[in-house]
Amino acid sequence: MNLMSVLKAESLTKKVTSPEGMLTIVDDVSLDIAAGESVAIVGASGAGKSTLLALLAGLDTPTSGRVTLAGSDLTALDEDGRARLRAERVGFVFQSFHLLPSLTAVENVMLPLELAGRRDARAAAAETLGRVGLAQRTGHYPRQLSGGEQQRVAIARAFVTRPAVLFADEPTGNLDTHTGERIVSLLFELNAEVNTTLVLVTHDRTVATRCGRVLQMDSGLLK
Amino acid sequence: MNALALALRTLLREWKSGELGVLVLAITVAVAALTGVGFLVNRIGIAVDNQAGEVLAADLRLESGQVMDDKAIVEARRRGLEVARVTGLFSVVFNGDINQLTSLRAVSDQYPLRGRVMLSDQPFGAPQAAEGNPRPGEVWPDSRLAAALGASVGTELSIGARTFRVARILITRPDQGATFLELAPSLIMNEVDLESTQLIQPGSRMRLAQLFAGPRNEIAMFKEWLEANKTPQEEIEDVADSAPQIKSAIDRSARFLSIASLVAVLLCAIAVAMAARRYVHRHLDSVALLKTLGATRAFTLTVSLVQLTIVGLLAAVLGSILGFGAQAWLVKALSGLLRGDLPAPGLAPLGIGFLTAVAVLGGFALPPLLQLSRTPALRVLRRDIGPPQPLVVLAFGPAVIAIAFLIYWVLRDQRTFLVFVIGLSAFVAAVAGAGWLLVKLTTRFRGGVGVSWRYGIANLGRRRTESVVQLTAFALGIMMLLLLAVVRNDLLNDWRRSLPADTPNFFFINIPPDQHQEFTAFLEARGALHARARPMVRARMTHINGKAVDDIKFTTRRGREFANRDQNITWSDVLGSDNVITAGHWFTPEEFGKPLVSVSTEYMEEMNLKLGDSLQFDIAGETRTAAISSVRDVKWDSFQPNFFLMFAPGLLEGSQGTWMTAVHLQTSNPKTIADLVRRFPSVSVFNVDDLLRQVRSVIDKAVAAVQSVFLFTLMAGLVVLVAAVQASREERRYESAMLRTLGANRATVLKGLLSEFAALGVLSGTLAAGGASIAGVYIARRVLQIPYTADPWVWFYGLVGGGLLVCLAGWLATRSVVNQPPLLTLRSG
Repeated sequence: MNLMSVLKAESLTKKVTSPEGMLTIVDDVSLDIAAGESVAIVGASGAGKSTLLALLAGLDTPTSGRVTLAGSDLTALDEDGRARLRAERVGFVFQSFHLLPSLTAVENVMLPLELAGRRDARAAAAETLGRVGLAQRTGHYPRQLSGGEQQRVAIARAFVTRPAVLFADEPTGNLDTHTGERIVSLLFELNAEVNTTLVLVTHDRTVATRCGRVLQMDSGLLK
Repeated sequence: MNALALALRTLLREWKSGELGVLVLAITVAVAALTGVGFLVNRIGIAVDNQAGEVLAADLRLESGQVMDDKAIVEARRRGLEVARVTGLFSVVFNGDINQLTSLRAVSDQYPLRGRVMLSDQPFGAPQAAEGNPRPGEVWPDSRLAAALGASVGTELSIGARTFRVARILITRPDQGATFLELAPSLIMNEVDLESTQLIQPGSRMRLAQLFAGPRNEIAMFKEWLEANKTPQEEIEDVADSAPQIKSAIDRSARFLSIASLVAVLLCAIAVAMAARRYVHRHLDSVALLKTLGATRAFTLTVSLVQLTIVGLLAAVLGSILGFGAQAWLVKALSGLLRGDLPAPGLAPLGIGFLTAVAVLGGFALPPLLQLSRTPALRVLRRDIGPPQPLVVLAFGPAVIAIAFLIYWVLRDQRTFLVFVIGLSAFVAAVAGAGWLLVKLTTRFRGGVGVSWRYGIANLGRRRTESVVQLTAFALGIMMLLLLAVVRNDLLNDWRRSLPADTPNFFFINIPPDQHQEFTAFLEARGALHARARPMVRARMTHINGKAVDDIKFTTRRGREFANRDQNITWSDVLGSDNVITAGHWFTPEEFGKPLVSVSTEYMEEMNLKLGDSLQFDIAGETRTAAISSVRDVKWDSFQPNFFLMFAPGLLEGSQGTWMTAVHLQTSNPKTIADLVRRFPSVSVFNVDDLLRQVRSVIDKAVAAVQSVFLFTLMAGLVVLVAAVQASREERRYESAMLRTLGANRATVLKGLLSEFAALGVLSGTLAAGGASIAGVYIARRVLQIPYTADPWVWFYGLVGGGLLVCLAGWLATRSVVNQPPLLTLRSG
């Protein structure tokens, strides 16, 4: 294994049963991503991008194959073990933001720190919110924020733990072009600052070209 | 962050945003129903007990044929109970040369502890309540004694070594009893005078009674103390022993009320189950997110457990307060129906309601929460993924255990419990099965209806599981309410039938056979409504299957009494409508004149008899043997002459006997009875007006209890149904916004929603009516032991009522869905 490798997939396959029979969504995918690298996974709808992301992040388990994330074999961990690993090493940004509606912006950002047992959560969260330009809105609830602002909170939440790997699933999918561009810029700025490995699923070619490497997925196969 | 902190923080926020409203509402209403019914049952129970206590003039009596020490009295006073004493003995009372064997009752100051002594200025006169007891030197003879002695107020009567002045005439006393053991007329005197009469001599036969009254639980505890500390000669007597009529009314109303409590428990369970489903549905996303961010399964489970516990406790407290308030209001609203005030309730229902809420919450909410914690993190990417399907045992096990425990707790009867649980399971299975089928069928027919109906019915088919769950909840709720209604009608009808206006209020015994015709004519001429007349002979049982009764050890007190005393026996070729043969057969004409006897169930049980046993009697010095040819269940509360032992006709006609009869007489004219006593001096008169009044009053209270508890449970049921509909509100909100965006107007959307609810309501109402009809037969016949009348209206109420009810509940729950601007809904996702 490459010493610089932070995320490695070996012969990763995901099959599901459907009314039409067995479907292979991810087909024998192997990849190796180095620390600090930014990788875009692109492809048409239904190509298996999001499933691959879920497998790489340990949100889902493969039918066969192996994923090594930050030195841990994900396939050897149980659900709680994978959750702990995510708490320590992984950040997420989703298309539909996924903020807890019952928590304020700063509380949402504090959540991963607190789950990891950090005591200085509030100060760190407030600082990161300041970094994404929301210093004045820490006490607002998600429903009081615009879509772009909600995604900034999500980005702050993803970076606040300084994760080894950050997974982003269509982060601009729910935003207008202008806001989307600003969010992507923010994502890359923070990525450079924290030196996080970025794995980004998108169908937006312009977003993809900002990444160091672009992987094309088609019918479950990586090209 | 620890799970508790997150749970509290999000709980507060969800509370503020109204997220938890439905859950709190459902549990609050359920607990309110439960505690409300509990409080009502408790209060009316106390009132009925007090009323019943009148028959004993106390809540509890300790009696003995020997001198009693003051141990029990000292203990009762120490416990703060009220205490009184009665000494009963037989003596001859003289008015000049005229004398009469009399039952003397020397009473202490506090007598009676329950009920009132009624007095008049003349025999059989208009009664007035007595204040206090006879002063020393004064006596109150009853009407029969006064008439027999020709005494009136002011007459001097000699009793033993003393003379007393008649101060008033005794009309009734509360403890004169429903049995006719005391054939002699009676007289009340002050206990301080007893010694000076010199009637108490060593060996004189007397009956001493210590009377106790107080709060129900205190009396129950004191009864336990008495049982442990009394001498073998002392006997404890409570209402059950002395007034079978009242006991029967109390028992039935208590059973009905316990069934009503069960209905409340089940409604509570439905509410909690539906609310927990909604809670789970609303929290799938946040659990998935928390797991994505690194939370373990235990963490997410703790968060939801803490939240639900807090919500549950809060709702239980709110519900208990509401339940208390609601029953207080109900009692006030019904005050016209209840004779006399209801006593303040005890606190027990509070604890019971609370515990039940916790049990139901544990049984019905825990499995969905465990399920919630199994939501995969992957849901953040794929919203269609929910938690894996649970094992059936894990999903339903705790709920079944909780419900079974609660049902057993309420019923406390193994057989009824088993039938109830099996019946309920069968009903739920049948409803769920029928639900699948009906949802499938209605989906198929949706092509032939308008757009609103099609949309509504399509919803039923698409949310198939949800529809079946709702259908089951509705059907179960409506079934329980219908069942309660059916049983309530039967119970009320039975009570109304049991004591019609012309129920006999006078019993006459010792009518000489040669005066029987004349006696009847005398009464009929004075407007008496004639009831049953029966010949009567005194008999003593000597042998059972050839073994001397004296050598047989009977385990119960009643058994010993039956064995040791003379029995009144009769013969007849007709079986009264208040008698039902439960084993063997009634005498056929071929059996007339044969040595056969029909025995009542109590007598069979107390004496350990079985069909075919040979009983030997001493009847006026003559030995007679008869075989038991049938067993009769006697309705002792019919106020008709009834006997433990009835012989075949044509066997005992030659025996030296008398007649007894019961009639209904207007008691406004006291002269009638006074004339009768003078004309037929050997006839003993028993006025049971007072007992009838007591029984009627108990039944009135029981009716009020049944009615108000029914009303209360019905209201609770409606609110629970509304809460059940709330469970699917979110999904409907989104769909309605979509439809309106696509151009549907509000009316179309509303019609769609209502058609879905109407379909659900009619389906569940029909199933419920079927379930209630079947369950009604069992409960009426087996549990309440009353006749069941098939009521076709049940189907109407189920079908139309169910449809309207669920529509109304649906409209209440979803009207805001239709009124909300679509954009707002779609933007908030």
